[in-house]
Amino acid sequence: MTAGTAVSPVEARIRAANTERAGAFVGYLPVGFPDLATSIAGAIALAEAGADVIELGLPYSDPVMDGPVIQRATQAALAGGFRLRHAFEALREITAAVDAPVLLMTYWNPVLAYGVERFADDVVAAGGAGLITPDLIPDEAAEWLAASDTHGLDRVFLAAPTSSDTRLDAAVAASRGFVYTVSTMGITGARADVDSAARTLVARLREHGATNACVGLGVSTAAQVAEILGYADGAIVGSALVAALADGGLDRLTDVARDLASGTAVLPAGR
Amino acid sequence: MSTTDASTRYSQPGPYFGAYGGRYVPEPLVAALDELSAAWEHAKTDPVFQTELADLHRNYTGRPSPLTEVARFAAHAGEARIFLKREDLNHTGSHKINNVLGQALLTRRVGKRRVIAETGAGQHGVATATAAALFGLDCTIYMGEIDTERQALNVARMRLLGAEVVAVKAGSRTLKDAINEAMRDWVTNVATTNYVFGTVAGPHPFPAMVRDLQRIIGDEARAQLLERTGSLPDAVCACVGGGSNAIGIFTAFLDDPGVALYGFEAAGEGVDTPRHAATIGKGRPGVLHGARSYLLQDEDGQTQESHSISAGLDYPGVGPEHAFLADAGRATYRAVTDAAAMEALRLLSRTEGIIPAIESAHALAGALELGRELGPSATILINLSGRGDKDMVTAGEWFDLIDRDAAQS
Ligand SMILES: Cc1ncc(COP(=O)(O)O)c(C=O)c1O
Repeated sequence: MTAGTAVSPVEARIRAANTERAGAFVGYLPVGFPDLATSIAGAIALAEAGADVIELGLPYSDPVMDGPVIQRATQAALAGGFRLRHAFEALREITAAVDAPVLLMTYWNPVLAYGVERFADDVVAAGGAGLITPDLIPDEAAEWLAASDTHGLDRVFLAAPTSSDTRLDAAVAASRGFVYTVSTMGITGARADVDSAARTLVARLREHGATNACVGLGVSTAAQVAEILGYADGAIVGSALVAALADGGLDRLTDVARDLASGTAVLPAGR
Repeated sequence: MSTTDASTRYSQPGPYFGAYGGRYVPEPLVAALDELSAAWEHAKTDPVFQTELADLHRNYTGRPSPLTEVARFAAHAGEARIFLKREDLNHTGSHKINNVLGQALLTRRVGKRRVIAETGAGQHGVATATAAALFGLDCTIYMGEIDTERQALNVARMRLLGAEVVAVKAGSRTLKDAINEAMRDWVTNVATTNYVFGTVAGPHPFPAMVRDLQRIIGDEARAQLLERTGSLPDAVCACVGGGSNAIGIFTAFLDDPGVALYGFEAAGEGVDTPRHAATIGKGRPGVLHGARSYLLQDEDGQTQESHSISAGLDYPGVGPEHAFLADAGRATYRAVTDAAAMEALRLLSRTEGIIPAIESAHALAGALELGRELGPSATILINLSGRGDKDMVTAGEWFDLIDRDAAQS
């Protein structure tokens, strides 16, 4: 089940970014915020500004991993009438417009309610690359592991600084595309420092065979992106992009995304 | 008493209860859940821990709680014999303290200095703040903003006990959102903080651990009833929010085939309106707050808002063991409206001089109907999970008991 059998578009893209530049910039935006059309335009603008991989967040009523910025945005999307079918609509329009592979980031219950097989079918039909599942651990993922194999979809699981060696093995074995390396103990939201725990965790993940480790939670500046790409394969930014879209619309989003992408150009010393 | 830990047909050790339970949580929490599971596995058979807990039950909480026969109330229930298990007489006023003392002891064992908890009615928050004061732990309680308004007295109690109370403004601003916020705190502060979860929902080990800590209710009641009447009850009744008081009294009777088990969920304004909390009655299986169980959700899997006049039952999820017992047919779940619960609350007050919590009044209302079905030869055991002091503002408004002129002058 380890990555490598089929060619994962996400993995290929991250590898290419590591050959051409210091590594990959992975950007998150939720569907339906501030409205469906703008969220689609936002994801397209994000890719055009230099994001290598897009994470499209699916608004959910109980987002336990998310901090205030993303909570506010996804709650607004739900209040604005977001339905699951809008996620597939957005996926279709975004993947038709950009080359960057697009992963859906979703809490597990919407997938369960839709039906795991049916969800996988519709992700494929809409051109999506796979799922990031923040509240699904490999231990509970049998149905999704099977469905993602038959549908050739990527599946990104999380690794945390507190994860045991056994659990890192499981996360690496189950993940395809990349392993989501949780930089610090906490929830989404911009932070002044990205914990040194991230560096240690990436090193541990490599010992456990991870070929693609991307670091997320708290990343909000080009300097942090550059720092992370000194040891990891990708840097994931969420709240800073959502805040830019919320505060200054598509123009501000584009500016912030361009700036973050510039962090990938900085070649770390000794590489 | 049959109180073995062995798994039998109906009693499951967790993490799974049939198709339900498990751990649907972000990876950063898994290490803490593993640590807690290991600590509990050790503590539950450790004589030192058990002695400490038993001492607290006896000398702090006031256990064993009495078993009270209520003949005047029972006259309205088809003349069945009715016994109340008096968890309302526990220190802090409900069954919640049974669980909290165990988890506070465990917090000390794993060497953490801070506890957090969610609360709906405020009873679990008050119990946690109480235990934190007793053990000298820092304490933060998350409570939905709507609940801080309808249970203002309990907010004051928690603050007096030294706890910080955080009013949660996210989502529906009730219990489910308080749980989300407590989980976020836990993910961030897990190195120093233990999450004292208040019911038999949530990720493993909470459903099994809280059940183990609450089963003292049924173990005591079973022995008390046998001593008093020489036989087992025909039916056991409890209200179901997350399900801890119900599991607490059911567990001792799971393997007694002649004892029917009834859980009463909140029907709010009616199960055919959108304003209810009948999770098993009206929900579908899904994942919320870390476990697979029944859930009030829309077709997209978004959690729906529940409603009940009682904050403690106002929850769109339910513990996974109840989902299992419902599917297995071992327990029966019915729903009781706000109006029926309030009638039962007044009836028990007037016939027996016991003012129950509105949560517990759902079990009383359910038993009134059940008594009429079963007839005068039946014996019914009801878990009176809490007392009504916290509910006086709600009851005062419902029955128009507060003299407005006097209140203003
Ligand atoms: C008195 C009382 N009974 C019942 C409940 C419902 O919880 P559970 O279903 O876990 O017993 C509460 C919750 O706050 C309560 O305070």
